[in-house]
Amino acid sequence: MSYEPVIGLEVHLQLSTSTKLFCGCLAKYGAAPNSQTCPVCLGLPGVLPVLNERVMEWGIRVALAVDCQIAQTMKFDRKQYFYPDLPKNYQISQYDRPLAQRGHLDIVADHAPKRIGITRIHLEEDAGKLLHEASQTESYVDFNRTGVPLLEIVSEPDLRSPEEAYQYLIELKAIIEYLAVSTCNMEEGSLRCDTNVSLRRPGASQFGAKVEVKNLNSFKAVKQALAYEIQRQAVALDQGQRIRQETRLWDARALRTEPMRSKEGAADYRYFPEPDLVPFVIDRALIARMKATLPELPAERRRRYQDAYQLSAYDAQVLTQHAALGELFEGALRCGAPPKPAANWIMGDYLAHLNAKNREPESEKLRPEWLAHLIQLVDDGTISGKMAKDLFVQTLERGEDPRRLVEEGGLKQIVDAAALEPIADEVLRKNQRSVEDYLKGKTTAFTHLMGQAMKLSKGKANPQQMAALLKRKLEQVPS
Amino acid sequence: MALVTPEVIAQVARLARLRLEGPDLTRFTEQLSEILQYVQRLQAVDTERVEPTTHVLPLSNVLRKDEPRPSLPSDTVIALAPAQRPPFVAVPKVIET
Amino acid sequence: MPVGDLASKTIHELRHMIQAGTVSPPEIVDDLLARIDRLNDSRRIHAYLAVDPERIRRQAADLPASARAGQLYGIPITVKANICVAGEETSCASRILEGFRPPYDATVIERLRRAGAVLIPNANMDEFAFGSSTENSAFGVTRNPRAQDDRVPGGSSGGSAAAVASNMAIAALGSDTGGSIRQPASFCGVLGLKPTYGRVSRYGLVAFASSLDQIGPLAKDAEDAAMLLNVIAGHDERDSTSAPVEVPDYVAALRRPLKDVTIGLPEIPSEGLDQHVRAAVDGAIEVFRTLGVKTVPVELPNIDKAIATYYIIATAEASSNLARYDGVKYGFRAASGGSLTDMYLDTRTQGFGAEAKRRILLGTYVLSQGYYEAYYLKGMKVRTLIKQDFDDAFTACHIVLMPTAPTPAFRLKEKLDDPLQMYLSDIYTISANLAGIPALSVPCGAGPDGLPIGMQLLAAPFQESLLFQAAHAYEQATDWPSRRRNWRSGNAG
Repeated sequence: MSYEPVIGLEVHLQLSTSTKLFCGCLAKYGAAPNSQTCPVCLGLPGVLPVLNERVMEWGIRVALAVDCQIAQTMKFDRKQYFYPDLPKNYQISQYDRPLAQRGHLDIVADHAPKRIGITRIHLEEDAGKLLHEASQTESYVDFNRTGVPLLEIVSEPDLRSPEEAYQYLIELKAIIEYLAVSTCNMEEGSLRCDTNVSLRRPGASQFGAKVEVKNLNSFKAVKQALAYEIQRQAVALDQGQRIRQETRLWDARALRTEPMRSKEGAADYRYFPEPDLVPFVIDRALIARMKATLPELPAERRRRYQDAYQLSAYDAQVLTQHAALGELFEGALRCGAPPKPAANWIMGDYLAHLNAKNREPESEKLRPEWLAHLIQLVDDGTISGKMAKDLFVQTLERGEDPRRLVEEGGLKQIVDAAALEPIADEVLRKNQRSVEDYLKGKTTAFTHLMGQAMKLSKGKANPQQMAALLKRKLEQVPS
Repeated sequence: MALVTPEVIAQVARLARLRLEGPDLTRFTEQLSEILQYVQRLQAVDTERVEPTTHVLPLSNVLRKDEPRPSLPSDTVIALAPAQRPPFVAVPKVIET
Repeated sequence: MPVGDLASKTIHELRHMIQAGTVSPPEIVDDLLARIDRLNDSRRIHAYLAVDPERIRRQAADLPASARAGQLYGIPITVKANICVAGEETSCASRILEGFRPPYDATVIERLRRAGAVLIPNANMDEFAFGSSTENSAFGVTRNPRAQDDRVPGGSSGGSAAAVASNMAIAALGSDTGGSIRQPASFCGVLGLKPTYGRVSRYGLVAFASSLDQIGPLAKDAEDAAMLLNVIAGHDERDSTSAPVEVPDYVAALRRPLKDVTIGLPEIPSEGLDQHVRAAVDGAIEVFRTLGVKTVPVELPNIDKAIATYYIIATAEASSNLARYDGVKYGFRAASGGSLTDMYLDTRTQGFGAEAKRRILLGTYVLSQGYYEAYYLKGMKVRTLIKQDFDDAFTACHIVLMPTAPTPAFRLKEKLDDPLQMYLSDIYTISANLAGIPALSVPCGAGPDGLPIGMQLLAAPFQESLLFQAAHAYEQATDWPSRRRNWRSGNAG
């Protein structure tokens, strides 16, 4: 039987402010354990939270970027549950007056544009980190992460396939990167994602029982876990079983979801208004000002690339997925590179390199002018296309301008006719057999001669020039 | 008339991470029932058009700059904890959920 | 000078002596410590949980020259055990925080230090300020120094009030969530102020009910209370609920003549109101009238709902504020071989006393699923009505006057097993916390057995000056300084 999957996503985003949500501790990732804590984020007796103003600003920026309605007044609430990584045993979060509600995000999945609703965006504090591996009897707590600002972005259950979920995440991540408010690094946990999925008969208006899937460590995992879960539920439904509403964990090694051991009974978070924080009235003028200063967002940039540079929809899509790629592309253009080759280099060799090294574009130090120089070196014939590929790798590995590498390494193509002549002569002299074949009309023999010439020049000969020279000389051979 | 049963109070105690059984549970149930009975008088108050007061002062938008302040030395933090394994605070094994 | 003579003085008296060079801070501290040594025994008054004479002497000896200009230079100030003093045990009289020494000062403590005060920490209290008798201290009761038999000093700031009343303190800080400064002040015959919510920073005050808690002074007279408030009041950027309202000079305001002041007299629930209390308060009203004060009747129609409202809001907030005591980060952890959940359960079950458990349970219940609207939300709405009652009253008068407590100090154990009766003894004090307004308890007489009685003066937000002014005028009219001196020897020695 066929079913329609109904998918919703909850994304938790760590905002990369300098300090935590409610105290002046640094929010930096990777510090020595328990070195970025203070009485406030440790929940010591008697301390009080004070909201970081940048968190509110950045939250509003994100909300505006996905067309949410910003609350007139927002407030914080306490979400209460006991857990050793939660020092106060309540999390300061937002319940019924969140920062923003009712937004949307446009994606393209399976070649069709689609609008995905965003239910709400709210601010909350992160919990600490628990380490379980070091001991059989104990767990260890590192409180550095407690109080780091989180933005929770909850989608409507508008997604209908793992691919749509994947595209939603890609697009959301791109937007956040453009806004420069988070590092969006899933490995470091600055972007986390939970998903829920249910199945229903096509056309049904009711939703099926919802299964929440957690422990998703990459966008790929989200896609795989959803595919697995859809399949699992479909099989169960086909067998006449009922789907249990539950939380399951994705096992990335076994490639399957497992039910989570449930915490004693249903959670009762006992939300109530945080008495230690006052309400926040969000000034309409501030919103207007912030709206005016939003950077160009991926959708807008895609349109511009297609219009201004005649890039295909696909190329524009790829180049705008990371803010850093677009910046590289446009930087190279400013340094004189033509759009299409610049786009091709980025989408081809550059992305392949990043994938191979498992690196993010932000962490790579490729300067736009280097890319422009590389394209120019090919265009003016200084190097061949093949040489350019090697040179590009060297540019990335050594972090140097390809122009300098060419000069230093004598990589320059031989375009000087006087330097090519002796090479051509030697090739013709040493390959009498091929010369004869060629003159008898066997054109493939020329390929051999050409290969020999390039080999002799150690690849530096300009191929067009060498080919022309060889042909001219062959014509002059007396038959 | 008992407003709450021992079962309800036992469930509330679980939520609050308190052990409550036997005569203690009976006694607390009676006392809380009496207090809740007293509190019932509020139900007679007409609050149809009344906004709740969460803060008595009309303060809003209290914010601080995103500027770092010194953290505590990690030794100080660890030393406060009843059980430690520097540089961590130790707790009985949390069953991975 | 006889032992205890310095200890019996007020802040302003000692300040004059220090300025005149007739006494030094170490001498004051020595005298006070001698008095404490004699009276603080757990079989006697037991106003302090622990006293470390060496640390206190060192503070007095090490006062920096820069502090000389401070308003409290060399003056010992007693601090309730729920206000964090860096490096000093701040246990809130609870096992669960036994041995906890915060690595930070509360804002009020910072301000006291800056003003040159010598801190005497660890005044006894009801565990986490839960109570009206100080019997809920995990480390032993405090006895009322003004009683001939074993009576409570009131609570929860019973240690602070008993210390001031027995001259084991010059003045003290307490905290007031539903009457915890005023009711013990009334029971012990001293002054006690609950300031306007937001007037004094709560940073470093171990939270009981965040929307109700305020730190305030307990003192021997109005001038001392005003001096202390001068030092501790004011905006604090570490407390989001602290009011950015300018602090007037409360001492300067003290001596303003009490003219054109109208006192409002509300009809109050009289069930359980002791006849001596009524008589003493009526006498005080007469004194004010002779001072030219006009009195008008005012209505507080919702005051009879204050206790019910309070016990919903206060316990809800308390249940949440006390969740952090779990044996993980600081304080007590039960020896428990079991799982994490067992550790939580054992630590909290062994660490909290009966009243703390009762309030945690009640607070958890009123916030839990299905009950929130009927209890917590309802409570917050009735709170609005109670606040409106006072707003209305203060359009007709400047000060509202009523008893602080329905009775003088009751006997030890008299109400311990009847929580509801204990709660009802806060009937007159609770509404000031719900409304967020300032309220001052002023001694206004005694019952036939010599037990002190207090009247309560309430004013609109940030009108503490007016309260001090009225209290001072009353003191002057009734020769308080000599009356107070007659108490000095009291039964406490």
